[in-house]
Amino acid sequence: MTYDFNTMNVVLLGMFLAAGVWTVMTSHLLKSAIGLAVTSIMLTLLLFHLKATLAGVFELSVCAGLITVIFISAISLTKPVAETEARKMKMKRLQRFIFLPVLLFIAGWLLSSRMIHLTNPAHTVADAAATVQQALWSGRRFDLVGQILIILAGVFGIVVLFKTKDSVDGDKKQ
Amino acid sequence: MSGDMATFFSVSVIFAVLMICAALYCILATRNLIRILIGMELMTKSVTLLLAVGGYISGQMAVAQTYIITLIVLEVVVIAIAAGIVIGSFRHNNDMDAGRMNNLKG
Repeated sequence: MTYDFNTMNVVLLGMFLAAGVWTVMTSHLLKSAIGLAVTSIMLTLLLFHLKATLAGVFELSVCAGLITVIFISAISLTKPVAETEARKMKMKRLQRFIFLPVLLFIAGWLLSSRMIHLTNPAHTVADAAATVQQALWSGRRFDLVGQILIILAGVFGIVVLFKTKDSVDGDKKQ
Repeated sequence: MSGDMATFFSVSVIFAVLMICAALYCILATRNLIRILIGMELMTKSVTLLLAVGGYISGQMAVAQTYIITLIVLEVVVIAIAAGIVIGSFRHNNDMDAGRMNNLKG
């Protein structure tokens, strides 16, 4: 049972990293955005596997859904480059990213050889049995205030960013 | 902590660090603003993974989930604002080059 748990985790972690590397290395921005969504889905599966169901649902709906929509909107609002220029950029891109797999391999080898017995984190059991609701509404209530303020700041930021000069003049006339 | 748990923790940390390396590489090797944002996103995915693994190992999954939810909310707001800035920069410069961000006024 434990063996299955670890094997499944390693498989999911491998797919998570593979999706991330594909996101970085693919030449098309749209494919890159889709790769990011796939990475989010892999992370969601990992979260479900670690019994973090609520966080998994948030990750799936917000990160794989909403953020992908934001990225695709931003890509579609910006015009693509010409075909010849795109070909040149693709070659340059390949040259720039050719070192990434080598870098990751070396980093992985160094980490696995030196950090396999990483730490022995203190096993604090206080509030271990608390549910997410209890932790969120009782223990971390102030975080919710921060989240509300951040969302409001984000909304105002978007409104200010997309305010055109005409709308500002119109406001002044009124 | 049992041996299996220690192995699981170490392997998860290694994969998260590798993802951070890939994301850093993405940010450093490109000048496209959207790709830089995608690199940032990948980094936050690694942080989410580390939070989940930390919560699982310490047995405090509920607290870890609250942190993850807070992180996701922050992530969305930052990406929405950054995407707005990218579109504003594109309208101003007709280009997605990060080097031209200095041309923005106001």
